[in-house]
Amino acid sequence: MAHRTALTGNDAAAYALKQVNPDVAAVYPITPQTELMHKFASYVADGDVDTELVLVESEHSAMSATLSASLAGARSITATSSCGLALMWELLYVASGARAPIVMPEVNRALSAPINIHCDHSDTMGARDSGWMQIYAENAQESYDNILQAFRIAEHPDVKLPIMPCLDGFILSHTIEALEVLDDEKVKAFVGEYKPENSLLNVDKPVTFGAFALQDTYFEYKRQQVEAMRNAVKVIQDVGKEYGEISGRSYDLFETYMMDDAEVVIVGIGSTMGTVKFVVNQLRKEGIKAGVLKIRVFRPAPWDKVADALSGAKVVGVMDRSLSFGLEGGPLFNELRSFCRGKKFAMCDFIYGLGGRDIGVTHISDIIRGLHKAAKSGTEPEMLTFVNLRE
Amino acid sequence: MAKETRSWRDMPQGGIVVTPGNSVENQTGSWRTYVPVTNFEKCIHCVRCWIMCPDSSILIKDGKKTGTDLEHCKGCGICADICPVECIEMKFEASMGPDERKG
Repeated sequence: MAHRTALTGNDAAAYALKQVNPDVAAVYPITPQTELMHKFASYVADGDVDTELVLVESEHSAMSATLSASLAGARSITATSSCGLALMWELLYVASGARAPIVMPEVNRALSAPINIHCDHSDTMGARDSGWMQIYAENAQESYDNILQAFRIAEHPDVKLPIMPCLDGFILSHTIEALEVLDDEKVKAFVGEYKPENSLLNVDKPVTFGAFALQDTYFEYKRQQVEAMRNAVKVIQDVGKEYGEISGRSYDLFETYMMDDAEVVIVGIGSTMGTVKFVVNQLRKEGIKAGVLKIRVFRPAPWDKVADALSGAKVVGVMDRSLSFGLEGGPLFNELRSFCRGKKFAMCDFIYGLGGRDIGVTHISDIIRGLHKAAKSGTEPEMLTFVNLRE
Repeated sequence: MAKETRSWRDMPQGGIVVTPGNSVENQTGSWRTYVPVTNFEKCIHCVRCWIMCPDSSILIKDGKKTGTDLEHCKGCGICADICPVECIEMKFEASMGPDERKG
């Protein structure tokens, strides 16, 4: 039977990985991910899983070893944060290009300098062009659920791409929350066995991985990755539905909350969207028609569908927890805005929470009230606002 | 090597090579600037050149060297360098006549 328990986001992620029982994990510690793999390493030490745990000397090596194991035919995982992800950079592209369905929980943390260990989305947003799928969690429950689904999505024959199930550093990774976990047997049946079409250890069907591809072939391989990302949209939706059947919690590319008659809509990613829902509930009592559109899947990007879902809004406030230096507004705002041409609503961006800067009920309440005012008066809201920043 | 004509839809994913051993089709001899020419009167058939050749281009029959595969030899000169009796000479290929290019 599924049962309710209380776990940190990291422990919930580690528990999901335990239930999947992957073949190989190559890991290197980095705050705030460290506890996730600490926990998983204890499962290995206790014999709860059959996983070969490889301790490496850096994240570059962690991804190299995970990738090699994946190409050898093993269901392979690693996990990282922030600068660790940055050090993996070269191999991120090799993993997606080699079509290795690696599952790598990413615990979001700011990038140096100045050094900071707290949450923002700069790390994974920087990897948005690397060919990895990205799914973000709002709470510990979603951290757990997303990881179980990640294996099915990544290993699907129409996809075969690596995936980062992301969770907010500290806010989710180190906070204990109640969540429901599934039975081992149910997880086992849902995730299934990993049977790669080709692998280095399949001596009956030898193939070469990592060969040169020059002007006459490289482009075609990149086009295949485009197609895999397109295919992933339906696969993510199908897997999310199927997961709903076994858990009672269905998932889609994004989640809408109080959107039916919403004039003011907040679009954002991750744990803060839970706070936004709370604020929306409060402001609804005052008659402010506010709603939330929470992005779950960032890659493959669901912007066409998001733009349609926003059609009824008067003002859309995007919340970005990262910057794209030299570009006005964050990645989420700019990507989504390019799909909202011709839409009637006004759009603006709120940069918030960098380096773990607090984002509370009053900040969000101020944002929504400001947008409500703009919607009522028909004035254009300020395009870019830095939330809770000392001016 | 055969020109790639397949659509991206028909190519194996991830750039893998599903026909192992096909590098023999990739003729790399045109990369060469210097060609190794073996003086078989001096050759002692120790086959060190065969051991050291990075491109499997030293031809051997019954344990004896018979020549060099010039369709694949890239002219790196390792064979000439390793030869204990200095019977392999690296010659500038562009100034050689077609008959001299025997390896």
